[in-house]
Amino acid sequence: MSALSIPVVAPTEADGVFSLLWLIIALPLAGAAILLLGGKYTDKWGHYLGTLMPVGSFVISLTCFFTALGRDEGDRQVAQHLYDWIDVGGLHVGMDLLYDPLSALFLLLITGVGSLIHIYSIGYMAHDARRRRFFGYLNLFVAAMLMLVLAENYVGLFLGWEGVGLASYLLIGFWQHKHSAAAAAKKAFVINRVGDMGMSLAIFLMFVTFGTTSFSGISFGVAAGDQVGALDASTMNWIGVLLLIGACGKSAQVPLQAWLLDAMEGPTPVSALIHAATMVTAGVYLVTRSNFIFENAPHAQTAVIVVATVTLMWGAILGCAKDDIKKALAGSTMSQIGYMMLGAGLGVAGYAFAIFHLLTHGFFKANMFLGAGSVMHAMDDDVDMRHYGGLQKLVPVTFLTFAMGYLAIIGFPGFSGFFSKDKIIEVALTENIWVGLCAMLGAGITGFYMTRLMLLTFFTQPRWSSKGEGAVHPHESPWVMTGPLVVLAALSVLGGVMLAGDWIVDFLAPVVGHAEHEEPPLPALVISLLVVVVVGIGVALALFFVQKRDVPRVAPTDVSFVTKAARADLYGDAINDALVVRPGSQLVTGLVATDRGVVDGAFSGGGLVLRGAGQALRRLQSGYVRTYALSVLGGALVLVLTLVAVNL
Amino acid sequence: MPDFSKPSLEYFELLPLLIVFGTACVGVLLEAFLPRQSRRVPQVLVSLVGLAAALGATIWVAKEAKEVGGGAARGIVGAEGSVIIDGPTLYLWGLLLIFGILGVALFAERRLEGGLSAFAGQAAALPGTEAERQAATQGLDHTEVYPLLLFAIGGMLLFPASGDLLTMFVALEVLSLPLYLLCGLARRRRLLSQEAALKYFLLGAFSSGFFLYGAALIYGYAGSMSFAGIDQAVRNNTSEHWLLLTGIALLSVGLLFKVGAAPFQAWTPDVYQGAPTAVTAFMSAGTKAAAFGALARLFYVAFDGERWSWQPMLSVVAIATMLLGAVLAIVQTDVKRMLAYSAVAHTGFLLTGVIGAQGAGQLAKGQYSSLEGVLFYLTTYGFASVGAFALVTIVRDAGGEATSTAAWAGLGKRSPLVAGSFAFFLLSMAGIPLTAGFVGKWAVFTSAMSAGFWWVVLVAIVSSVIAIFFYVRHIKLMFFTDPEPGETAAVSDASLLTVGTIAICLAATVVLGVVPGPVLELVTGAGDFIR
Repeated sequence: MSALSIPVVAPTEADGVFSLLWLIIALPLAGAAILLLGGKYTDKWGHYLGTLMPVGSFVISLTCFFTALGRDEGDRQVAQHLYDWIDVGGLHVGMDLLYDPLSALFLLLITGVGSLIHIYSIGYMAHDARRRRFFGYLNLFVAAMLMLVLAENYVGLFLGWEGVGLASYLLIGFWQHKHSAAAAAKKAFVINRVGDMGMSLAIFLMFVTFGTTSFSGISFGVAAGDQVGALDASTMNWIGVLLLIGACGKSAQVPLQAWLLDAMEGPTPVSALIHAATMVTAGVYLVTRSNFIFENAPHAQTAVIVVATVTLMWGAILGCAKDDIKKALAGSTMSQIGYMMLGAGLGVAGYAFAIFHLLTHGFFKANMFLGAGSVMHAMDDDVDMRHYGGLQKLVPVTFLTFAMGYLAIIGFPGFSGFFSKDKIIEVALTENIWVGLCAMLGAGITGFYMTRLMLLTFFTQPRWSSKGEGAVHPHESPWVMTGPLVVLAALSVLGGVMLAGDWIVDFLAPVVGHAEHEEPPLPALVISLLVVVVVGIGVALALFFVQKRDVPRVAPTDVSFVTKAARADLYGDAINDALVVRPGSQLVTGLVATDRGVVDGAFSGGGLVLRGAGQALRRLQSGYVRTYALSVLGGALVLVLTLVAVNL
Repeated sequence: MPDFSKPSLEYFELLPLLIVFGTACVGVLLEAFLPRQSRRVPQVLVSLVGLAAALGATIWVAKEAKEVGGGAARGIVGAEGSVIIDGPTLYLWGLLLIFGILGVALFAERRLEGGLSAFAGQAAALPGTEAERQAATQGLDHTEVYPLLLFAIGGMLLFPASGDLLTMFVALEVLSLPLYLLCGLARRRRLLSQEAALKYFLLGAFSSGFFLYGAALIYGYAGSMSFAGIDQAVRNNTSEHWLLLTGIALLSVGLLFKVGAAPFQAWTPDVYQGAPTAVTAFMSAGTKAAAFGALARLFYVAFDGERWSWQPMLSVVAIATMLLGAVLAIVQTDVKRMLAYSAVAHTGFLLTGVIGAQGAGQLAKGQYSSLEGVLFYLTTYGFASVGAFALVTIVRDAGGEATSTAAWAGLGKRSPLVAGSFAFFLLSMAGIPLTAGFVGKWAVFTSAMSAGFWWVVLVAIVSSVIAIFFYVRHIKLMFFTDPEPGETAAVSDASLLTVGTIAICLAATVVLGVVPGPVLELVTGAGDFIR
């Protein structure tokens, strides 16, 4: 693999409609400022303003997109210099924006899906007393996310990176009166700091190595270094691994995945926008954007593939075990991001397909999350699928749109997910047979858990009652909520169009390079058929286990071993809890030195160690001057000894 | 009789110093001639006018400063070589004078205590006695705090400007002695305050002894007290090397004590907690800026030739300081103590900057020299620290300032603006991007990195992460925790003096984070020390 296959980032100066690039970020940012600073004066109309802003950004993004399409392939990369952020001596970090095919697609996804989710939220949050604040945070998130994908250097990207982290933190904990929401927000924040540490170390290292943080500068440096053979392989691998750590934190990849399921404590539109469609895919963006690093860091690339493969299985297994509809969807999100990471890890051949899957996933997963919100709306905010059942007649629009998302995610032929997932599996099989097989197996599991979710929610016998205590009266949501569902459902069905005539591959080629076509071990058609068969087996299993049996309203706990084994989902839950979630979260606790005080009032793991060290050190702080004076004397001795030691 | 030649003094360049010391003397005269009840207003006015005039003079001098040494530095060597007024000096002077003005504003606050200042009416009177009550009813105050503050500021101005070891020692004492006194003058929790003052004094005197002995050894080695002379001797390295090494170590003790580096940090929490909070606010920012300026001058000018032996020493100290400060801050239950340990951690980060690359040759294109990084960091930390302590003065309960962390629970719901500002200062100290602290940390870490001290930077990043833990915990406490019944603090109504100070610090922290450009330019424009 050589850097030559990776184009150098060399944008032209922004002109015409592209000089409005800054406005794409500025609109939602202004919205956030007005809503958050305006206080209760904006209560009445705040949510409309908050919705208009991303819509405005969407319009600009669309205009830019079509303008770019009208240009030659080589001219689609433009940069806009706003102002010198830090510019002293030789250090030059500009507020620079970069518009190229990659960011173009992200802009459309973020502002498009973002606008739909804003519209949906008008209905969903209609009765929340703090609706204005919610829209303010959402706008803040959109602005930060746009900053992330538009920045022309790693410092700007990091700014957006931290911004989305902050917005995510605020939104997960939005219902702060719920203890679990506050705890989840904090958990997400702290785990993300580990990723951010990797990210900032990576930026440091790139700065030290290349003397700049801009994409164009670094990609030029890599290309130049590669040509004269001056590129230090181990440095590149380190940068790659550190970037991967950053990506793992934001994209909930193993081992930093623990926060995503808890993050479902936030309002459902948040889960749809941040924890399914956009923010969690930032890791994939980072890896794709840093292709000039990864193409020269083979070991880091291998690490990406390993992490992605583990995660896609992991998330799928979690998805099988959860009774909470949002958590089941979150498990599936984790798994699908695993696929995208896998695509990105496979290098030039896979980048375009990773982004393709990212886009289709953005459509169908946002669709399903919003659908889940609509179901919760119907069921009085109950999230336990064991309390659902037989809803397909009662919420017809939600059901139909959800079904489109379902068919897309399991990869039903003709739907968007079929094309995107299929391509990644095909490339994976070409690169490494075992990774490819894992990806295929993951597709089968996806078929299983999504079918289970579908059945438990919309089919099977109703497990709720419309009379007596805890009565619910399921009803369809208002049009302001179902409208976005219909649009997203249409996109879920038709998203595959982007692959027609390899359009997306060619469109992204100026950014990610063009791969030589390698023949997969089997004909592409056979692979597709195999995938369909594996998915079919998963669906059939789900039909057998869920549809053919009675579903208890409460997950049984005191069942015999045989029953446990038969009810595969419970078995998965047990495995999941004992083998995965607990050690995983403990590992993370130890790493981050976080406290679990929020959860159980006690400190554990690394927090405990630090606290213990603190308590021990505290004893030195006796309050006696004589002790302090002794430590001064001791310190003086240490200084003398260090100096002497250095000079020996 | 030997000839006595009149020393030549550069009155224009020395103007800021002369104004501050002169104003302090005027303050003493006011104490002597005005009746007790009517001293406060004139004292405050005189101090503010003096400091503002000194600030104006500093800017003027900076504008007039000429380039020397081929353009690497600007300024002059004044007062027969004992005071060096160069770019870094002038930058620090400006910074210290601003902190001084903010300090005077905080000192003058009277609304919080119901018409009394935060200082004791009569320090000699025991709390709860008749004399104390009388002093309180008459509204008496120790207005001596203003001249004391001015003398301290004067010492701080001289400290980083000193051109030889003796001037440096004198400056050290001039800045320290008034601070010792100020620490002991709290109206509330008098015994804690007096204990703090005594501890600070005893330990300060002890460490000054080390400094003085170190100066003696260095004189023995170099035969000169001036930094330029020492530099010559170090580069020619003729005589007893052990004299130099021991001298460096002992001088370091004195300076590291002042900045509060481990293992000389023990006084910091006790003194920060015991001193009146207005004094703590000023002291935390001012002393650190002055002492780091002096530290940098001593090591960069006098001991530059011995770089390879003091860099490891400071690295060890930096690592110990960062870890100790961050870890101990976690177990604190008092806001002022928590901020004190965070100050210790920041000392460590600053030391990381001091060991960084200095020469232009060592730096990659676009990096800051360590001096620039340290100066910028001092600016960001100083404003955040003054602001945070100023906020502590207005969060109160029946017993005065509510410094126990438990009392801060749920403050975000009662006073979102105050809690939000405090949270912002904490985030800046934590180094979250878009706040001033991030840019500062970036500057010092990169400079240490390019000097090859990646292991110190690694520890620094780990400590930052640990530190984020307790900053965020406090923010969570303010916004997401419900208060314990009976243990709540409320925000008192403060006068414009305190509110204005907080607003200025907040604005500075925001601006330094979002558009740090102009200040970074100022820092780079300051140039190098005159050697």
